[in-house]
This record gives sequence, C-alpha cells and structure tokens, in this order.
Amino acid sequence: MEIIMAILAGILFTTGIYNLLQKQLLRIVIGTGLISHGAHLFILTMGELKTGAPPILSEGVEKYTDPLPQALILTSIVISFGVTSLLLVLAYRTSKINGTDNMEQMRGTDYE
Amino acid sequence: MLLVVLLPFIFAIAIPFISKWKDKFHPGVFVTLIPAIIFIYFVRFIGTGFEPLTREYSWIPSLDMNIVFYLDGLSLLFVLLISGIGALVAFYSIYYLHKSEQLGHFYVYFLIFMGSMLGVVLSDNVFVLYSFWEFTSLSSFLLIGFWNYKQESRYGALKSMLITVFGGLSLLGGLIFMSVLTKTTSIQGMIDQQQLILNSEFFPLILGLILLGAFTKSAQFPFHIWLPDAMEAPTPVSAYLHSATMVKAGIYLVARYSPMLSSSEWFFIIVSTVGIITLCWGSYMAVRQTDLKAILAFSTISQLGMIMAMLGFGTEIAVFAAVFHILNHATFKGSLFMVAGIVDHETGTRDIRKLGGLMTFLPITATIALLASFSMAGVPLPFLNGFYSKELFFDASLHLEVSGEGITGFLMSIIPYLAVFGSIFTFVYSMYFFFSSFRGKSNIEQLPKKPHEAPWGMLLSPIILVAAVIVIGLFPHLINQPFIEHAASAVKGMEIHEHHIKFWHGIKTPLIMSLTVVFLGTVLVLSRKVWQPVYNYLPGRLSFNKVYDGMVDRLESYSSIVTKGYMNGSLSRYVRLVLAAILVITFAFMAITGGFTVDTSNLAEITLPEIFVAVLMICAAVGTIITNNRIAAILILGVVGYGLSMLFVLYRAPDLALTQLIIETVTVALFLLAFYHLPKMRKKEESASTRTLNLIISIGFGALMTMIAISAHSSKYFESIANYFLEKSHSLGGGDNVVNVILVDFRGLDTLFEIVVLGIAAMAIYGLVRLRGKEEEEE
Repeated sequence: MEIIMAILAGILFTTGIYNLLQKQLLRIVIGTGLISHGAHLFILTMGELKTGAPPILSEGVEKYTDPLPQALILTSIVISFGVTSLLLVLAYRTSKINGTDNMEQMRGTDYE
Repeated sequence: MLLVVLLPFIFAIAIPFISKWKDKFHPGVFVTLIPAIIFIYFVRFIGTGFEPLTREYSWIPSLDMNIVFYLDGLSLLFVLLISGIGALVAFYSIYYLHKSEQLGHFYVYFLIFMGSMLGVVLSDNVFVLYSFWEFTSLSSFLLIGFWNYKQESRYGALKSMLITVFGGLSLLGGLIFMSVLTKTTSIQGMIDQQQLILNSEFFPLILGLILLGAFTKSAQFPFHIWLPDAMEAPTPVSAYLHSATMVKAGIYLVARYSPMLSSSEWFFIIVSTVGIITLCWGSYMAVRQTDLKAILAFSTISQLGMIMAMLGFGTEIAVFAAVFHILNHATFKGSLFMVAGIVDHETGTRDIRKLGGLMTFLPITATIALLASFSMAGVPLPFLNGFYSKELFFDASLHLEVSGEGITGFLMSIIPYLAVFGSIFTFVYSMYFFFSSFRGKSNIEQLPKKPHEAPWGMLLSPIILVAAVIVIGLFPHLINQPFIEHAASAVKGMEIHEHHIKFWHGIKTPLIMSLTVVFLGTVLVLSRKVWQPVYNYLPGRLSFNKVYDGMVDRLESYSSIVTKGYMNGSLSRYVRLVLAAILVITFAFMAITGGFTVDTSNLAEITLPEIFVAVLMICAAVGTIITNNRIAAILILGVVGYGLSMLFVLYRAPDLALTQLIIETVTVALFLLAFYHLPKMRKKEESASTRTLNLIISIGFGALMTMIAISAHSSKYFESIANYFLEKSHSLGGGDNVVNVILVDFRGLDTLFEIVVLGIAAMAIYGLVRLRGKEEEEE
C-alpha cells in the first residue's frame, strides 16, 4: 500500500508542478495547492501506515500509529492554507493592477 | 596596545557625530590628535636596547585566530611612519579640504584606513593580517572615489580596488598554503619552521601567490597602472596612502617574509627583476607626464621598485638601504605631494605646461620643493637623505651575494647598469618637477587663480617633513643605531651591525655612479625637447591600461550575456531552472550514494477503499491540467483535498482528516470568491517544445519524490522517537490525544510561530485587499 501511496504522492507532485509552470496565475495557485497535498501524503507515507490504533491513548490498546508525521502534517496543512490564500489574493491584486494574469507579460526587466 | 590599534576605529564611529558641528569646528583638528597620540605611544620604543615584544588577545581561539601583535624593528618603523605621516596629513587636510566637503565621510575612511594599516604591520596572525590588508584596499577605494561625482575618480577607485583585491586574494591563497603546511597561523611560527615550506613541493606556488599580493599592492610592474589613476583622490590621501603607507604594505609583506623566502634563488630572481624593471619604467614614464601628481605617481612607482629590488638583493647592505629608503622616501615624497597639493590649491591647476615661475609667488613652497626634489634625485649634497640611500643602493647593486651562474649571473652583470639608468631618469623627473613649475617664465594670466603663498597651516606639515629630510641628511647616525638597525635586522632575520652611513667614502664606484647620474641627468634635462619624441616609440601605443580596460570591458559584456541568457525576466523559466537543478542534483546524489532502496517486507495490505480513493484523486489531479474551465478546475482541486482527508481517515489520523476537511472547504470557498475577479482560463498557447519540457520536469520530479518516499519508508536507520511521545504524553503533557499534545505541549513553540506566520499572512491579505491604487480610487 505504501508504494501505491508513494506513487499517488508522486502524481500529485507531477500535476502540481506542471500547473506551476503554466502562465496563468490561477493555475499556478492550483499547482501550489496540489504540491502541498502531495507533500502531506509524502510525509504520511514516510511513517508507517495502518500499524495500530489512532494515536489517542486508551485502555487496552497495545499499538498506535506513529503520531509524529501526523503532528507535522497538521502544522503543514495550516501553513499551506495560509500560503494558498495569500497567493490567491496576490494573484487577484496582480491581475487587477496589471490587467493581465499572464506571467509572460509580467516581466520585471523594464529597468534594463 | 590593542587599545591603541583600535583607537582609530573607535573614533571613526564618533566622527559622524562630531562632523555635525563642522561649521564651528573642523573635524580634522580632532582627527589629527589620534595619530599623534599613537605616534607618541610608539615613539618611546625607539632605542638601542629595543627588543621585539608580543601581545596576545584571544579572539576566535577555536579557529586558532587570535589577535597577536608582534612589534619588532620593522613593525615599529612602519607604525611610526603610519602615525607620524598620518598626523601631518590630517593636519594638512584641515586647510586643504573646505568645510563644504563631506568631511564626516572623509575622516571616517581616513581613520579606518589608518587603523587597518596599523593592523597590517602589527599582526602576527596571518588571517588577521589578511583581514586588515583587505580593509586597506577597501578604505583606499573609498578615499580615491571621495569626489564620486567625477568620472575619473570612480574609474580610478574601481581600478585600484580590482587590482589590489585580486592581489589580496592570491595572498590569501599563499597564506592558507603556508598555514596548512606549518600548522600555525603565526608569521613568526612559520619563519621558525621555514624548512617545511621551503622544501615543500608547493613552494613555487606559495612564492608566486605571496609575491603577486605584494606586487599588486605596491604597484609593481605591470600592476603599477592603478597608482596613476588613484591620483584622482584628494591630495592629502595621495600623500598618505599612495606615497607613504598603503603602497608600502606590499614592501612590508616582502620584508616580513624575507627571512624565510630570501633563501630561495627564485626570490632573488623575481623580486630583483620586477623591482628593477619597475624602477626603470616608472622613472622613464614619469618624465612624460604633464600633471604634477602624475609625475609623483610614476616617481612613487619607481621608488617602490627600487626598494623592492633592494629587498630582492637580500644582502645586508641592501636590506639596510631598503629600510633606510622606506623612511627617506616617506619624508621627501610626502612633502612633494603636499607641495603639489598647495600648487593645485593656490593656482587652480596641476598642469605643468601652464605652470612656471611660481618661485616668486610661493617662495616657501618652492624652497620645500627644491629640497625634497633634490633629495629624491639623489644629488650629492651632505644634507639630503635621498643621497645616502641612493648611494647605498648603488653599493648594494655592485655587491650581490649570489652564485654567478645562469640567470642570476646575467642579472648580476646588468643590475648595476639598470640601477644607473633608472636613477638618471629619477634625476630627470625630479628636476623637471621642480624647474617646470617653479622656475622659468611665469604666465599668471593663464592660471585659473591668482597665485599667492599658502597659509601657514598648510605649509607646516611639508616643512616638518623637509626638516626631517635635512636632519636625517645631516645626522644619519641619530636614527641609524636605535631605529634603522633594528628594522633591518628584522628583515634579514639576524643582527645587522652598525653601517657607516657617511657622506664621503672616498672615490669609489658608487660615487662615480652618482656623479654619472648627475652629469647625464643634467644633459638629458637640458636636451629634453630633443629626445622627447622617443616616447612615441616606447611606449607608443603600448599600454597596460588598454589591457586592463579590455579585460574589464570583456568581463562585463560576457557576464551580461551569460546573465541575460538565463535571467530573461520570465518567472516560469526561473522556476523551471530551479526545479531542474534540484532534480538533477538530488537524483545524482541519491544515485551516487546508493540512497534508493526498495524494501517490500513491511508493507500495509492493499485494500479496495484506498485504491478507489487513490484512483479518484489521480483522475482529479490530472483533470486540473486538462480542464479549461475555471470553476471546474477549482472544484476538481477540492476533490483532491477531500480525497486526501478520506485517506487520513483510513490511515487513522482523525485530527488530520478533520482539519483537512475544514481547510479544504474554506480554500474552495476562497477560490470561488477570487475567481470572479480573475480572467478566464485560456487555451494553452505555448509551443510544443515548452510543453514537453514542462512535462519532463514535472514527471521527473514526481518520479523523484516517489522514489524518495519509497526509500524513506524502506530504510530505517534509527528507532522512531514516536514511542517517547506515546509514553510521556499522558504523564508529561496531561493529554491522551498524542498528536494534540505534541502540537500544543512538546512542540508548543513551533505552533506559536505557526500562528505568527498565519497572522502575518492574514495581515498581508488584508493589506492587499484594502490597498487601492490611485486609479481605482478615482473610479
């Protein structure tokens, strides 16, 4: 199962990066979203999957799943939410001010 | 002693505050006191019974970098020059620089320079020495470019910086070699273990690197080109840095290492040859100049070449003469620079073709110039110190202690002739300097200002220096035994006993050489018009400046081509480059170190619901690429997110699943809010090649991540620390939900910062939404 999950994470990265390399701002934001999903799955796969009960201590349970990746992912989800929303608003302002959302037209080389 | 060396730096910090009151009080007055204090502190070390002393202050002991000050005769000579000339120059600058200049900046640079120069000559630790060395380059750059509104100043500053820092880096290379070989960072320690270095196979490289550093700093041929351009600096700076102190740092370095290096034959060959060529070329070129300061610049180059050559000879008398001449040169060249500054200040020009007959208007200045330039020329008069060192130089050139075979034999036979040749031209330019500006027809009408004698304050410093010229000239023994001898012994690495500096040695070869110089020199001065065209053949169009300019131009154009090649302003291109680099480097690293492993023994079983969710997510992820509909893309992204939270449920991570669900919902809502304002999605319009490239990069990256994930799961090097959290969660954290306890308790600080990040993001978003451009407000 881990291998399938690793492949899934890989595919999420692939599609995320492909979107990231596009010219439209909205696609770029979608791309970062996909990459963070991929990263979460990636961290989860690095620990062991399904090896015990959820990490909530209770009587009579011998084995729990690894709580550490979960704590990491929880932090990461929140941070990536912040990143995504900031990017989204940035994209909104950028396209509003420049009148375009095409990255190729937003080159900062005027000063040369 | 540390305090004394740091004094200039400490006061450099204070200068900006003091210079606020510059209308009432010239900061130069204050600055003059600092070198004067340092001078008084060190002057008491002079004496026959002087012994080298060491002071150690720990700085970075773990790297064997301690501030060790080592004061021997050589350091003492330089320290006194730096502080003595420094005080005179600072005093002179009070009258030279008007209060409307940016005096604060000037004196800060000046003090930084002085402090670093003291550091260079006192440090025993090579890396501390190197740091101070680069500081002198840096402050020299700032001082040359002081009048930064002038194109020539900026050009000269950049040139000196590039050349001296290039030399500095090669010096660093040589120092690192030596400290690795001897396992010490102390200069004295290296000299004690000189056999390790001399017998090392890297010795030629070390010698080359160290000498390159010294030659660039001391403006030796062919690196001399920066010094004439450095004359764009204010004259006090030229008098201080470019005649008396900084350019002598290279000489100091050669002298400091000469107990070790001079036992090598190559040291003799390289240093003597370069020195002699510099002497001849510098004095030859000086006669051609028309700017007073340019004459002095080339003359400094040639004098430095002479000192360098004497250090190369390495005999007792040569070393003694070199050290003696360091002092003499500082006295007469310092005063000549100040004279040039006075002439410039009082007449408004330094162009020798416009000047002439100034003796009538500036009698005191003229007297100073007369004495100093005659001393520089080495005119045989019993009260000019220049003559003594010139005659010692001739004497040294006749008595070289080397095996007379091969190259050394050839050098031995021609050095005396070259010495005379260089000295003839030295004589010529000294006379040219004096007679063209102070004698001859005066043409006041052409001068920008009506000349009159300089104020006393401006005259005082050159007068003191010329007085030193005469005092040393009349009573050479006054400084000989207590001072020069210690310095010469430090250079030679053994005791050098009193040399007889006498005016009259009887009719011997050196005297005949001196008289030849005076005679031929006079002939050449008188017939200058006749032979002047020789400069059209040599150097003619040959110029090292062109080589330098060409190199700098080419460097700039090539680097701009390279930079424009990848920095074309396209952000997706940058991202592509960064990703490709990560991909290649990580992949290569993992492949080389054998990081990729697959272990299938400890896998969870494959179940249907997970497969179902995974397939759904894959379809959705691919869908975001294919669709051209904005809402569809956003919703499909939502599907991926919800799919992920399903996986979290299946993998027994309830907290994650809950958080992911909430966040995904909010994100989709946000997307839907923003999409209204974003333009519609277009069909992809990029070329097939770009698309293929993007595809390759993204698939490569996905594959890499998959492989890393599998390898990470397959290779367990350490016991997981998860058990610690599981065991202690209840007892230490007081909670049963281990994930929560980790977040708010064990790693509580991380979570706090996470909240800070979110807060910052929220403020930024608020700002961006509320921000209105002018056009929007008008709407």
